[in-house]
Amino acid sequence: MTAAAGRAEAAPRVEARGVGLRAGLATTAFLVAALAISLAVGPFHVPVGSILRSALSYVPFLHVHQPLDALDRAVVWQVRAPRVALAALVGGMLAVAGASYQGVFRNPLCDPYLLGVAGGAGLGATLAIVYASAAAAGSNWTVPLAAFGGAIAAVVVTYALGRSAGAAHMTGALVLAGVTMATFTAAVQTFVQQQHTQQLQNVYAWLLGGFSTATWSDVGVCAPYVAASSLVLVLHRRVLDVLSLGDDEAASLGVDVSRARLAIVVAATLGTAAAVSVSGLIAFVGIIVPHTIRLLVSTSYRAVLPLSLVAGAGFLVLADVVARTVLSPSELPIGVVTAFLGAPFFAVVLRTARGAR
Amino acid sequence: MIETRDLWVRFGPVAAVRGLSLRAEACGWTALIGPNGAGKTSALRALAGLAHYEGEVLLDGRDARRLGRRAVARLVAFVPQKPETPAALTVAEYVLLGRTPHIPYFGGEGRRDREAAARALRRLELERFAERPLGSLSGGELQRAVLARALAQEAPVLLLDEPTTALDLGRQQLVLELVDALRGDGLTVVTTMHDLTLAGQYAERLILLDAGSVVAEGTAAEVLSAPNVAAHYGANVRVVEDEAGVFILPLRTR
Repeated sequence: MTAAAGRAEAAPRVEARGVGLRAGLATTAFLVAALAISLAVGPFHVPVGSILRSALSYVPFLHVHQPLDALDRAVVWQVRAPRVALAALVGGMLAVAGASYQGVFRNPLCDPYLLGVAGGAGLGATLAIVYASAAAAGSNWTVPLAAFGGAIAAVVVTYALGRSAGAAHMTGALVLAGVTMATFTAAVQTFVQQQHTQQLQNVYAWLLGGFSTATWSDVGVCAPYVAASSLVLVLHRRVLDVLSLGDDEAASLGVDVSRARLAIVVAATLGTAAAVSVSGLIAFVGIIVPHTIRLLVSTSYRAVLPLSLVAGAGFLVLADVVARTVLSPSELPIGVVTAFLGAPFFAVVLRTARGAR
Repeated sequence: MIETRDLWVRFGPVAAVRGLSLRAEACGWTALIGPNGAGKTSALRALAGLAHYEGEVLLDGRDARRLGRRAVARLVAFVPQKPETPAALTVAEYVLLGRTPHIPYFGGEGRRDREAAARALRRLELERFAERPLGSLSGGELQRAVLARALAQEAPVLLLDEPTTALDLGRQQLVLELVDALRGDGLTVVTTMHDLTLAGQYAERLILLDAGSVVAEGTAAEVLSAPNVAAHYGANVRVVEDEAGVFILPLRTR
């Protein structure tokens, strides 16, 4: 041993790849570009440079002259900005939650809606739209609150159902319980919806998702959840790498697997429920963004989680630009855009990444 | 040193291990042998703290249950029969995961962890492979990477569940020689083994389990008798014993 240590041989590079400088810069640049495009594009043309100077003019002590008139300012900062911010929060949350679910269940097809979040939120929102709208028409919060409550309730029942199957087959049982819950909530939701066809349009609009009514107060309500849960998830990035070795090996390395899994699932679920309640059901972000990062950068969760957060934000912001411009002045549901753009893009990434190896 | 006292492992109404008491001395090699379903793997998993058990597991005389999961992981490294080896992970990244019990829950690897992983890679002559993805390794190389990960854990006890499955004869010997050499570095080794001849060649103590109970225990010459193998494996064998060891040769009955 000592002889080997004394020899002047090139030591192997023993390091875990993290985000990496190049991937980190590229992803950040993507988000910044998406934000700038999204603030600039719309029926009112406002140049990007003016938007930037306008933003800087709000920073104290910089003494930058406000270049926008009152109308442009209102368009950019009261109409577009909250919408852009909300899309970024929701996109980042769905992507990082999707990546975490895929890690914790060791299944690449898991999405953030796995444990019944979507079904529960959809049912909650439908019930609120159909039954409560007359009573609580004055409140903008009835539908999001009902969606949030429905999502959390569905996941709690799913978890209880999965647990009752025994700890040994917990992940498989949870996924099955999630499917059961999704099917059941979808059945009830469809029944309620069919009983109230006059509300079909509203229910449908909510289910397909969108940011057309986004306000700063939506952002304010959603942001703490997204911040807290993505922080917890990103902190678990190395733990998720350990969990990729399977429950037994992770446990033999000293990780309390069921506690780690619970922490990750709770964080991902709370964040997803908050995102869904202000945006509706936006499909595909939670699958496509993490897999793109895996194919282009690394499969280690130390890269996948932080990069998914940033890239997911940029992706949904861009998708929202498309949603509100293609058929302007009317809007496409953003879920249609994410799937329509996302699927071919993902196909290209899949082909080129496989070919490169 | 690892020891069990009256160890029971149950799956519902079925007891896979019934009152096992064993003592694996420091730097020794103990092999658990026995037919399929004898309880070898269950016993090993209990030693690693992966199976619920009744009775006691003592690590250096301390009750493993009181030590907590991380402390146990610093004392006992466990390699399952079919380890998960994510194909895209590099060998170095995989070996670094072995440092987990030494790293805070939300923490990352420090210099000492990278050094320990580099030592493990050197010990198993895997330096050249450090940056290769696990998916590109052959079966023998992969088995060495798995051993390196266990070694990076720097635990004094190494538990191996069937370390030679799916390896050809030459690679089986290579891996077992490596494990034997690690023993020279101060590791206590406990393995389960299918191949009785190899078990006899490498382990200095054999424990023959059948239906969860110890039915014979001692050196290869003491345990590997034709009547023992016939009674507990239902196998017809010829036992050849010479100065090189004990050899179990299967014989066709007809």
